[in-house]
Amino acid sequence: MLTLKSVQAGYGRLPVLKGISLHVRPGEVVTLIGGNGAGKTTTLQAICGLLPPRKGLIEFAGQELNRLSPERIVALGLALVPEGRRVFRTLSVSANLELGAFHRQDQKQARRDLGELQERFPILKERSRQPAGTLSGGEQQILAIGRALMARPRLLMLDEPSMGLAPRMVTQVYEILKELKEAGTTILLVEQNARAALKVADRGYVLETGRIILDGTAAELKEDPEVQRAYLGKGYREVWE
Amino acid sequence: MFLQQLLNGLTTGSVYALIALGYTMIYGILGLINFAQGEIYMCGAFVAVLLLATGKVNFYLAFAAGMVAAALLGVALERVAFRPLRGAHPLVPLISAIGASIFLQSLALLLFGPNDRPFPIQFTFSTITVAGLPLSTLQGAILAAALGLMGLLMVFVRYTRYGKAIVACALDRDTARLMGINVDRMVALTFFIGSALSGAAGVMMAIYYNATYPRMGLLPGLKAFSAAILGGVGNIPGAILGGLLLGVAESLGAAYVSSGYKDAIAFAILIGVLLLRPQGILKGRGD
Ligand SMILES: Nc1ncnc2c1ncn2[C@@H]1O[C@H](COP(=O)(O)OP(=O)(O)OP(=O)(O)O)[C@@H](O)[C@H]1O
Ligand SMILES: [Mg+2]
Repeated sequence: MLTLKSVQAGYGRLPVLKGISLHVRPGEVVTLIGGNGAGKTTTLQAICGLLPPRKGLIEFAGQELNRLSPERIVALGLALVPEGRRVFRTLSVSANLELGAFHRQDQKQARRDLGELQERFPILKERSRQPAGTLSGGEQQILAIGRALMARPRLLMLDEPSMGLAPRMVTQVYEILKELKEAGTTILLVEQNARAALKVADRGYVLETGRIILDGTAAELKEDPEVQRAYLGKGYREVWE
Repeated sequence: MFLQQLLNGLTTGSVYALIALGYTMIYGILGLINFAQGEIYMCGAFVAVLLLATGKVNFYLAFAAGMVAAALLGVALERVAFRPLRGAHPLVPLISAIGASIFLQSLALLLFGPNDRPFPIQFTFSTITVAGLPLSTLQGAILAAALGLMGLLMVFVRYTRYGKAIVACALDRDTARLMGINVDRMVALTFFIGSALSGAAGVMMAIYYNATYPRMGLLPGLKAFSAAILGGVGNIPGAILGGLLLGVAESLGAAYVSSGYKDAIAFAILIGVLLLRPQGILKGRGD
């Protein structure tokens, strides 16, 4: 469904992605794991068209995305839950959700979807008239996910949805992802929190300084000593002895 | 006397507020001050006055045409004077705006000459007494029309899909694009609406002062800029509040201090605000 072939991208003259290849098949949950500054956000921005790639090919549902604007790419059925949530702070919760469906032709159906979404996430209904900036971090994350779902995406991408959240909220956000997965949503999940991500993912890639250094099924990655050492926080001792 | 001055101030203030809304909306979405806003106001006045002078167009149509012409001028200005400069140092579009302002003034001078034109149709305005307060129906009409337009704008921004999209672009451009919002189109829409309001203000003042001339936009433009800063630039209710406050301060100052200082008052307020509360009364961007 989504394919990246040797994608290179960067800011100014600084190369960040040095040839990334990955793919996501329909119905799959794929995670991209990596530490600070590995290039995870850059990868998502390249896919979304916010940072057009220099080289390589990005393809979604048989269409090349390389030179398309973010507006066009969104309309093809890609939605991103950006890093740090990026809700529109002074707009109400319901206005944020409505904007998620901005590009859709079927605005009537979008209104019904809004109602359904608010039934599903009661917090978004309770706070519907409140400015989004007044929600807690976890609530904002749920709002950002809801906003992306309002686009009825064919592929949902999330950039570190657990970042800066209390453990209870991380659990709640991952519950939502699990439900989405069971409903058949195709997901590309970027995380530093490998433990959480590998629990829900089918497959994963490990990104380090702009290169994919490892890939495999979630089970394989969980057992990989390098992943355990670097991303699952198990000490050398535990791994080597 | 005091109440009469207050009413005078609210009348001119509501017109400043209309222009200030243009400054503030454009600042909100692009982060630039469009110093040609006063010339857009002048354009609205000229189009209405010239159409009425033909004797073939009724007043409301001429008023609407003035607003539309101003709006289109604003959109054209964005295309040629600002869009090519996106991403440049912030001083660059500022200089471009000042250049556009001088250009438009000179063009009007060339086309229409330097003389004042009276408003082509005579309205019979009377003074009625409301609650012991003598109220000119002209002032009443201007105030009501200006407040009505502001109300429409607030409803547009708060309750319509495109209004919310404009706010989203002002708050976070990249994320707005991820919603599928075409930022360029929203910028153009913002120029259209902000300029239409300035055009309406121009027609109102052409009636109020019975004078239309190429440099008519200069002082109201600068005063409305001060009003936008006073209210907190980028803030829509702030622009309205700033405009009304400035109009009243000017009118009371002229009555009780000296009418010679009338125009200086706005700039004294501007300097005062910049020194004491540069973020304005209602701070913040977006909304
Ligand atoms: N706008 C930018 N301009 C210049 N360099 C940038 C910009 N954004 C990111 N970088 C650089 O690109 C590299 C990759 O950044 P990126 O944000 O993709 O990392 P990340 O994997 O998402 O990290 P994190 O987990 O901290 O979010 C970093 O070295 C970063 O400094
Ligand atoms: Mg990141």
